[in-house]
Amino acid sequence: MTRPFFLLLSALAAAPVAAQTVDEQIDAVFATLTGPFVSFIFAPFPGTAFPWIVLWLVIAATVFTIYFGFIQFRAFGHALALVRGDYSNPKDAGEVSHFQALTAALSGTVGLGNIAGVAVAVSIGGPGATFWMILAGLMGMASKFVECTLGVKYRNEYADGTVSGGPMYYLSKALPERGLAWMGKPLAVLFAIFCIGGSLGGGNMFQANQAHAQLVNITGGSDSFLSGAGWITGLVLAAVVFLVIVGGIKSIAQVTEKVVPFMAAIYCGAALVIILMNIDQVGAAFGAIFAGAFTGAGATGGVVGALIQGFRRAAFSNEAGVGSAAIAHSAVRTKEPITEGFVSLLEPFIDTVVICTMTALVIVITGLYMDESGLGGVELTSAAFGSALSWFPYVLGVAVVLFAFSTMITWSYYGLKAWTYLVGEGRNRELVFKVTFCVFVVIGASAQLGAVIDFSDAMIFAMAVVNIFGIYFLMPIVKTELERYLGMLRAGEIRKFV
Amino acid sequence: MTLLVVGLDGSPGGEKAVQHARSLIKPEAGDSLKLVYVIEWSPFSFQTAEENAARHKRREEEIAVAQERVLAPALEALKAKGVAADGVVRHGDAAEILDEIADEAGAAGIVIARSSASGLRSRLFGSVAANLVMNARVPVTVVPVSA
Repeated sequence: MTRPFFLLLSALAAAPVAAQTVDEQIDAVFATLTGPFVSFIFAPFPGTAFPWIVLWLVIAATVFTIYFGFIQFRAFGHALALVRGDYSNPKDAGEVSHFQALTAALSGTVGLGNIAGVAVAVSIGGPGATFWMILAGLMGMASKFVECTLGVKYRNEYADGTVSGGPMYYLSKALPERGLAWMGKPLAVLFAIFCIGGSLGGGNMFQANQAHAQLVNITGGSDSFLSGAGWITGLVLAAVVFLVIVGGIKSIAQVTEKVVPFMAAIYCGAALVIILMNIDQVGAAFGAIFAGAFTGAGATGGVVGALIQGFRRAAFSNEAGVGSAAIAHSAVRTKEPITEGFVSLLEPFIDTVVICTMTALVIVITGLYMDESGLGGVELTSAAFGSALSWFPYVLGVAVVLFAFSTMITWSYYGLKAWTYLVGEGRNRELVFKVTFCVFVVIGASAQLGAVIDFSDAMIFAMAVVNIFGIYFLMPIVKTELERYLGMLRAGEIRKFV
Repeated sequence: MTLLVVGLDGSPGGEKAVQHARSLIKPEAGDSLKLVYVIEWSPFSFQTAEENAARHKRREEEIAVAQERVLAPALEALKAKGVAADGVVRHGDAAEILDEIADEAGAAGIVIARSSASGLRSRLFGSVAANLVMNARVPVTVVPVSA
């Protein structure tokens, strides 16, 4: 428990201290420590500006979409029926429903990625990035379908009635079934390591960072007492997270889980109002989005720049192919693992195709992305909403803090599952991870957006590298399950209870 | 051979309902009671990933507690008085489940106590008693708690 503190303190001491604020010191140390890994993940193909990781995601989503015969469109209606509970046996009342598994996973994906991440995409990649983001969301539905089916099929059910699932388990249990036993455990361990990184990065630092940015924004910008004092926001957030995950005060998390869906509804409602207020410009906005996608207008780096930003931010927001959601989805109660796969494909749809697109439309319609003042991240989204509804940045401030918090709680659980997979369960071992998680809240709030977002992306994508690599070998298992289930559904053997 | 369904909620009101149901039947004619304890639960509530992971275990615990603390003592007391009765614990919406069980078992009626829930919740969603009276497929008897 003291080691991470010690490392951090010694690293701080080694940093150049002259005339630097606490925030600047933390940022400098953090950027230096994570630089090499970030450069590797975002390394371009030799002679081009195209990062190999983006191609990796594009190819995976395309392969899954084609291999499963556009399952995201074929099974969409059935997925909705499953979530409605049409196929749920009333005898299972009281168990985790499809709806509950879906919303728990959504609370990990719907967060600052939808609000701030999209702003980053449009400010760098131009309106055209929106097109690629939506496309990535639609194709990502197939990736999510495969990983969540595997998550349920290969989860561990313990004697005491609790369950654990996720890529760690399906990689180590399913690869031996395909005659690749030697690959299973190493991949699972590698995934778990990156998952811990992802939990500290995108699931924690990025959230804290952007929550702080919005708090500064609504309390007076550069004149705010919080300006340049991210460690204050960080400490407060870390304290609340600490109360929940270490102190065991579950009621805070439970209240958040109940409030967040309403905040999401308010956010989408406000976006819709702004879109309706500017209904005459919606056509032009879509025009700019389509044109930008193929001409690269307004994008740093042209078409390729727009595409890279679109795919990067979509993957970061909906986590399709990343493997994280498989951890949450695996808790569902069902006899057919594939049903949770169907349900999970709604996740990228809700997250990216609906919520991210709302954000992007508001930013494009209000024209704020062309602003020369260099707004990025949550400040840009806030300014775009604020230009139409002047009071909205304050509501957004509350929403952002709640989204950040619920994403942190969910990701702390993902990280903890990966951590205990590596080191085993036990109070003290879990405490080490939980305290480290809280320390990273402070680092995240203090560091600059650039360093945080690079590290967060790098970790999330590293998870996707391992997860997708394993899934390529496992997708025939899912195909068999799919054909068996669809056969039963056609034969009327899957009973409808409503 | 009359069967009555009685809703229990672990409160003194539930005991009143059982007492009243007993006065409505003739045990010597083969009449019996079915005690139902409903744990309020909705498949559309929001839960954390951690709660979900332990949900199956929690459900078993909830059922065990309801069996032990509420149903078993009530059934024991009825048995001592020579009344034939069985009991069941279910998760879900109390009004819906009571009606469903009464319908399935071919019960002649449902007896419940007026629930103590008041304020905003019952104003918005109606109380169990009100919902049951309006929607049940068999006659419903509501017993006042203070009676």
